[in-house]
Amino acid sequence: MKIAVLVKSVPDTAGTPEIGPDGRSVVTEHLETVLNPYDEIAVEEAVRMKEALGAEVVAVGLGDEAARKALRTAFAMGADAAVLARRPEEEPLTGKGAALCLAPVLRELRPDLILAGKQAVDDDGAQVAERVAEMLGYLHASAVTRLAKDGAQLVVDREIEGGALSMEFPLPAVLTVEKGLNTPRYPTLPQILKAKRREIREVAVDGEGVRPGWRVDVLSLPDTQRRRQIFQGTVTEQVDNLLREARPLGGLS
Amino acid sequence: MSILVLLEPRGELTSSCLSTVAAAGRLARDTGVELHAVWPSPGIRAQLGRLAGLGIQTVHTVREDVLPPFSHEAWIPFLADLTRSLGARLVVAPASALGKAWSAALAARLDAELAQDCLGLEAAEGGVPTVRKPLYAGKIVATLRLTGAPALATLRAGAAQVVRAGEQTPEIAWHVVPPPELRSVVRELVQNAGGAIELGEARVVVAGGRGLGGPDNWPVLRELCATLGAALGASRAAVDAGWIQHAHQVGQTGRVVSPDLYIACGISGSIQHLAGMRGAKTVVAINKDPAAEIFQHCDYGLVGDLLQIVPALTAAVKQRQRRVA
Repeated sequence: MKIAVLVKSVPDTAGTPEIGPDGRSVVTEHLETVLNPYDEIAVEEAVRMKEALGAEVVAVGLGDEAARKALRTAFAMGADAAVLARRPEEEPLTGKGAALCLAPVLRELRPDLILAGKQAVDDDGAQVAERVAEMLGYLHASAVTRLAKDGAQLVVDREIEGGALSMEFPLPAVLTVEKGLNTPRYPTLPQILKAKRREIREVAVDGEGVRPGWRVDVLSLPDTQRRRQIFQGTVTEQVDNLLREARPLGGLS
Repeated sequence: MSILVLLEPRGELTSSCLSTVAAAGRLARDTGVELHAVWPSPGIRAQLGRLAGLGIQTVHTVREDVLPPFSHEAWIPFLADLTRSLGARLVVAPASALGKAWSAALAARLDAELAQDCLGLEAAEGGVPTVRKPLYAGKIVATLRLTGAPALATLRAGAAQVVRAGEQTPEIAWHVVPPPELRSVVRELVQNAGGAIELGEARVVVAGGRGLGGPDNWPVLRELCATLGAALGASRAAVDAGWIQHAHQVGQTGRVVSPDLYIACGISGSIQHLAGMRGAKTVVAINKDPAAEIFQHCDYGLVGDLLQIVPALTAAVKQRQRRVA
């Protein structure tokens, strides 16, 4: 079985991205980049399937330097091979554009299973893997929290509001993974060092037809003015003050 | 030209689904185009009353014995054909788990852009639909002009107020499609424990973090939840410690919520958590550390042990409720 895992580097979630002077671009150079937390879960699941059932795990990235970093992390976690769909990273892609770049690379790889995080926590696009599935004619399921393989059939639980949806379908398939599926391993230092020497196969993507179908008018910071009224005194005094001051709170009255 | 609303594929008209209809309806009115909806589930007749007065001209559907519920494999080809035949300029859906997943698949079929989790939908000059799309879990908000047609967007709860004008119910259009050959099977829908209020739908959220001290103390917060009719949330620290399932996590790698009232109990206020609660109208923070970051991001702060403050708050609210009753 061949498993492809889509990986992306994102700015560390503990940092705050800034808006560039043009008002339309995001500045993240001051932030550490990490493997997208949901992609970490996808890599972990692929490596666990390899360990349990035997499989070849190929990490697939899109872009240039940042993508290489994500591929190195995948190697350190146990991926067997890495493919970089190479294109300049300065031109941001929409979800449609990213899928157009990745689909031919994956079509050529012909994996039985494609795993990806349910979304990347930078653009929160939440669509590239599903698009790739539709373009390749693979079945797909999003936000998977439980995965079992029963012969050629996959049985998955998907997290939906208020419960879980259980589905069953054959390979080839694309799954996006949700937190809770597994706890990703931390690679050891020797694994990290060894990953630096692994070969990343490059495929140039021409990016034809990836012109965005939207225009960024402006970027803004969310408006989150808070009153910051901190009460003093005993527990009873503070609670009384809260209920008196916060009278407009629908839930408390 | 028209706007098409993909109604919640879970077969229930959630409040976020109705606010999606309201936002689409306002855009349709402002730009003078028809508003259509599609119900990808059984039982449309029972929903007509709740869809009344929202400006929907026609609600499209297919019999469930032809297209089974919850099966995007069955429904997406029909939804793509419907979008094309209506000449829809825009397809909007609620930003629920299924709304987002189905929209991604539909966008691929239509070779169209999709903006997920949007906070608002308006018309720019020339009637071009424009969305407010959060990036980095809402640390930055992009105003995107959806120049390509068709385009898709999913909308979060609260994108528009639900205002009904009259009692006019939409017409039902039953579509006849050949039964598809399906490779995927929907096995079952497992509902969470009865009575629990869904995070995304709740008007009040009570959330607990590491300050709770351990999983044995959730009943203290659950009691306040029950008193306020609130949903229970949690910080990543509490989830990663194994105190509660991920479905309760609020934050950058959890749910993003926008209730009227958010009560953060024993939560320090990491930037990832703040990203998940930013949309709350009013935030109350309870923490024993007066220097906790959460106090910089709350409307009202109570300093002390949550195991004393929360029960006192619950008792005071109950007393007040008895007085009102």
